[in-house]
Amino acid sequence: MMDRYTKLQLVGIYASIVVFLIFILLPFFEMFMASLRPLEHLFRSPYQFWSDDFSFQAYRDMWKTVPLLGRYILNSVFISAMVTGLTMILVIPAAYAYARLDFPFKNASLALFLGVNMFTGAVLLIPLYRVLSSLGLLNSYWAMIVPGVAFLIPTGIWLLRSYLEKIPLELEEAAFMDGASRLYTLRRVVLPLAVPGLIVVGVAVFIGSYAQQFLFAITFNQTREYQPLPAGLFEFIGYQSVTWNEMMAAALTGVLPVMIIFLYLQKYLVAGLTAGAVKE
Amino acid sequence: MVHQQQVKPRRTAPLHLSQGVFASLLIAPAMIFIAVIVAWPLIETFRLSFTDARLGGETYVGLENYQDLADSRKFRQTISRTFYWMFLSVSLKLILGLIGATLLNAAVPGRGLFRVLIMPPWVIPIAIGMIGWLWLYNGAFGLLSGALQYIDVVDKSFEFLAYKRSAFYSAVVADVWVGTPMVSLFFLAAMQGVSRDLYEAAWVDGASRWYRFRRITIPQIMPVIVSMALLSAIWTFNSFEVIWILTEGGPRSASTTLIVDTYKTAIANFKFGEGAARAVIIVILLAIFSLIYLFFLNKVNKHYGVK
Repeated sequence: MMDRYTKLQLVGIYASIVVFLIFILLPFFEMFMASLRPLEHLFRSPYQFWSDDFSFQAYRDMWKTVPLLGRYILNSVFISAMVTGLTMILVIPAAYAYARLDFPFKNASLALFLGVNMFTGAVLLIPLYRVLSSLGLLNSYWAMIVPGVAFLIPTGIWLLRSYLEKIPLELEEAAFMDGASRLYTLRRVVLPLAVPGLIVVGVAVFIGSYAQQFLFAITFNQTREYQPLPAGLFEFIGYQSVTWNEMMAAALTGVLPVMIIFLYLQKYLVAGLTAGAVKE
Repeated sequence: MVHQQQVKPRRTAPLHLSQGVFASLLIAPAMIFIAVIVAWPLIETFRLSFTDARLGGETYVGLENYQDLADSRKFRQTISRTFYWMFLSVSLKLILGLIGATLLNAAVPGRGLFRVLIMPPWVIPIAIGMIGWLWLYNGAFGLLSGALQYIDVVDKSFEFLAYKRSAFYSAVVADVWVGTPMVSLFFLAAMQGVSRDLYEAAWVDGASRWYRFRRITIPQIMPVIVSMALLSAIWTFNSFEVIWILTEGGPRSASTTLIVDTYKTAIANFKFGEGAARAVIIVILLAIFSLIYLFFLNKVNKHYGVK
């Protein structure tokens, strides 16, 4: 009863949704339209919304123009997956400590972690370059994975901590009373209960890493074979001409795998966030 | 024998591990990682800011870099532009995020689809989204300029990124586009956490939708709004790829924020020392901003009865 809308309200809601979606999806629509236009007609003036010679040719040609395109798409996914794995390994124990244990400098060290959120890679590029260089990590996958992990740890701890706090303490106490060690309790009691939270944090970290590979890639990695998609796309800007239509086609194709995975996971994301990762 | 040895240590020894030691062991890996990759470069940045480091080498110059910045009118403009950029973009993200979350939360058919369709700007690499906006903003063959011509707002093609003011606001719109989906999602999650009983009680009392939104939803999700605002403010302040790909800070510095200025100085012009001084100023400004904000956050949380 309470949720019933009048006809007028329904029209208003759907109209607002449509306006909202136009704003969100407009750039994708524009990229798609550009990818369909033959190159010689991209620059047609005056502006024509509809070209009479739309074709999917760019989706075939792009693999020839940039032979490594497939590799770039996989690199992007691979780098983000590695970042997610490493971040989770570091974040899970730390988040548990902040959610459950009492120890000296607890609040101070947590504040230090969260303080990292104030920096982005762009502020620290020069010294970061030197650190990575002295660790021998430049021009490798690690050059993009390691900084990615460092800047995502704070968000990971912050999200997972509030999720773990919601898990009833009694279960752990019971396990502890039965003589289980702290580590055993964490592994066998807490983590299985935290799976929805782990999925939320994992997805958030993956997206964070996937969205921000560009800067680290162009600064710390010169090896073409290791480049992620956003950096690789700029290869369509050639010496003589820019094959814009193929670039758009490659961009849309390249994000497709992750979009599909995300579409599958998104319901867990909203459910998990609702269940606890955000304090109400 | 063997069996006993395997079981015994697990049952007794770890119990004696004090909470403090156990906690330090759990935190240490993450802490060390951050120390090497973030804290050390930060200290290095601080040191470099007192030198004239370039590609060739570096000598100590004291406060010269900071003195130059303090004397520069252009740099003061960049600071105020950055705060304006942050204020404008974050306000829009919060307002649109609130509207988006309310629409997503409305019990209408098709909201599952809407929830999916709102996500892409958040999920894809920022750099790729910006390629789309670059094309949209193009005067000769972009959709926006074409549409404006079609409805006769402009009589010839309009280059959004070619004029100082339009370039700045175009970058704001693109940045809002990147940030809004995530804000919406977090607000939605918070809204779904609000107890239904509250709404039902108000509904029985005849409270209108708008009243329920204003007096139940907003106060209940206020802590999330406030913490989202801070995070979003810091990210927006440091938003680099959006501006760099769209305008590289131009035309004539009209869209140069502090982070872009820092990158330009240090990476594009190889003035590492001068770049480091700018980086230190970013850190100080953000720290001051966050402290003031957290003070405010505490008050809000107290007001709404959150621990």
